[in-house]
Amino acid sequence: MTKITSYDELRQRCADVKAQKASLAKDKIIINVSLATCSIAAGGKKALQAIEEEVAAAGLQDAVMIMKSGCMTYCYAEPTVEIAKPGAAPVVFGDVDEAKARALVTDYIVRNEPVEGVIPVNYVRVAF
Amino acid sequence: MQSIRTDQGDQTSRVMPDATHKQLRIATRNCGFIDPESIDDYIGVRGYQALATALQAPPAETVAIVKESGLRGRGGGGFPTGLKWEIASKNKADQKYMVCNADEGDPGAFMDRAVLEGDPHSIVEAMAIGGYAIGASKGAVYIRAEYPLAIKRLKKAMDDAKAYGLLGENILGSGFDFDIEIKYGAGAFVCGEETALIRSMEGQRGEPKTKPPFPAQSGYWAKPTIVNNVETYANIPAIILNGADWFSSIGTEKSKGTKVFALAGKIRNTGLIEVPMGITLGEVINEIGAGCPGDKKFKAVQTGGPSGGALTSKDLDVAIDYDNLIAKGSMMGSGGMVVMDEDDCMVSIAKFFLDFTMDETCGKCTPCRIGSKRLYEILAKITSGDGSMEDIDKLKGLASVIKDTALCGLGQTMPNPILSTLENYWDEYVAHVQDKKCPAGVCSALLTYSIDPKKCTGCGLCAIVCPVSCIAGAKKEAHSIDASRCIKCGSCYEKCKFDAVLKS
Ligand SMILES: Cc1cc2nc3c(=O)[nH]c(=O)nc-3n(C[C@H](O)[C@H](O)[C@H](O)COP(=O)(O)O)c2cc1C
Ligand code: SF4
Ligand code: SF4
Ligand code: SF4
Repeated sequence: MTKITSYDELRQRCADVKAQKASLAKDKIIINVSLATCSIAAGGKKALQAIEEEVAAAGLQDAVMIMKSGCMTYCYAEPTVEIAKPGAAPVVFGDVDEAKARALVTDYIVRNEPVEGVIPVNYVRVAF
Repeated sequence: MQSIRTDQGDQTSRVMPDATHKQLRIATRNCGFIDPESIDDYIGVRGYQALATALQAPPAETVAIVKESGLRGRGGGGFPTGLKWEIASKNKADQKYMVCNADEGDPGAFMDRAVLEGDPHSIVEAMAIGGYAIGASKGAVYIRAEYPLAIKRLKKAMDDAKAYGLLGENILGSGFDFDIEIKYGAGAFVCGEETALIRSMEGQRGEPKTKPPFPAQSGYWAKPTIVNNVETYANIPAIILNGADWFSSIGTEKSKGTKVFALAGKIRNTGLIEVPMGITLGEVINEIGAGCPGDKKFKAVQTGGPSGGALTSKDLDVAIDYDNLIAKGSMMGSGGMVVMDEDDCMVSIAKFFLDFTMDETCGKCTPCRIGSKRLYEILAKITSGDGSMEDIDKLKGLASVIKDTALCGLGQTMPNPILSTLENYWDEYVAHVQDKKCPAGVCSALLTYSIDPKKCTGCGLCAIVCPVSCIAGAKKEAHSIDASRCIKCGSCYEKCKFDAVLKS
């Protein structure tokens, strides 16, 4: 890793990451799996594995980017998985057990069919 | 409504909650949105730019911004953060320390863990900002060893920040050095108290000491030390980037910004919530939390954990901030919110918290060490049906003596759950001691089980499950319970499919 030695370099690095993320969001389906202590306890890693398997089975490796994040704050609905299709608002699904994890790939992504358990957004966020 | 995900450009929209979006996420802004193990993800959300901004101006400017923002400590006490930093910045010393309190001992609270697991770089960055502000080149995170994932992600964040030159020597070419080490706690509630925490970091027993001197004057190794909570730190980069005015425009007159709560207990939507100060209790319980499950009636919510008190169904329009909660006999605490419904017995709840503090007292001073035990014993007596009105008086008297004489916050606040339930649920205490009844039907010693002959079909299921075989009856005829032998286990009540077993 090269060191960042000035504010300007840091800004540039930020702009690069933002550009990279923006182009990813345009081209790829982003699957974001919550993996905090409690999400993992609720089966988050199983959901992740099931998603990875289905993505591979459907040959979607290049169309999908899987991301691991922290707590999504919905303890009552863990495990939670967020899916953002290109150009669409991200959607968070709750209670993603193994079966639902598979359905998210086969139904929601591949066949474009709705899957139950969507958690409505009830916050605004200070995003930088 | 403004776009929720404005992850573009340098401009942040000044989003505010509205009717459908009751929550405002500042401290938890990145949790669930970035990969906590990727420093590039953090840099992509303007990570470390608050530090870079701070480094461009004299330290006093950072102190001034934090002061003007009105940020108060999120670890429980609510002390103004900027003021604390100012005191430490003015104390001259060859070494100062920036400490992050990640002990999080309040039962049911996990806000700090979520932030450390979801956005560890924000804490690293904020500690460096604080170090620059007060003139400290060293920092320490005191974290309980029971948080292995948080520790792992924090460590990775620190390593990556160092590799990028955002931590360590000569940060961003400014000449400012700052490094952080991790100190592990063994999970004692009292070690969250700042003076006990500092002693524990020094390798001594985790016992509080008298203040003053305050840590900002003489703390870790007798040097000026800032102890701030994880959530307090998490707000700092946002304040620097968006400005003090922005932050102080959120919240109430004396409580600015947001508070993260861990909503737990008898509530549909358990989870972490971050709400602007001044939101009403009703909005939290009924709208964000979606009420109690099973359409049970909301009874009370304990804020401030074992140090706090209950807000009741009469308080639904109370605006949540530091001062209003204290006026109601509770406190903000670190953010635990345990919801209770009509099936909860408030005397038992008080006993539950006393059981916790009795275990967690460090034993240094008599009122707390022995007083907690005595308080617990009296509560146990009341819940087992042996209490008298005199015991309630004793509870009250002892509680106020402990409040006045204990050395640290643990002992001083330990009686709060009792005092607050006495205040709000006096009738329940009286019912326990005078009528020998537990109105919520929780205290087993005060219950009697009987069978309603009109409803009983004589199926015999209850007789099969009764562990002491005290239920008798002929097949297809009404059964009955021999109350003298019944141990009140409740099995028959649970098992009967015809609601024929009565609990009173
Ligand atoms: C018994 C007891 C336990 C405490 N536990 C914690 C804790 O777990 N985390 C925390 O941040 N503060 C805790 N505090 C408060 C700290 O003493 C201190 O006030 C706080 O860390 C200061 O940070 P802040 O100003 O950012 O809130 C506790 C206090 C007492 C009396
Ligand atoms: S009040 Fe309790 S926890 Fe605090 S120093 Fe005294 S004995 Fe220890
Ligand atoms: S289980 Fe209910 S219905 Fe059956 S014998 Fe017992 S009380 Fe009567
Ligand atoms: S409460 Fe327990 S002990 Fe009493 S009658 Fe029912 S099953 Fe038997």
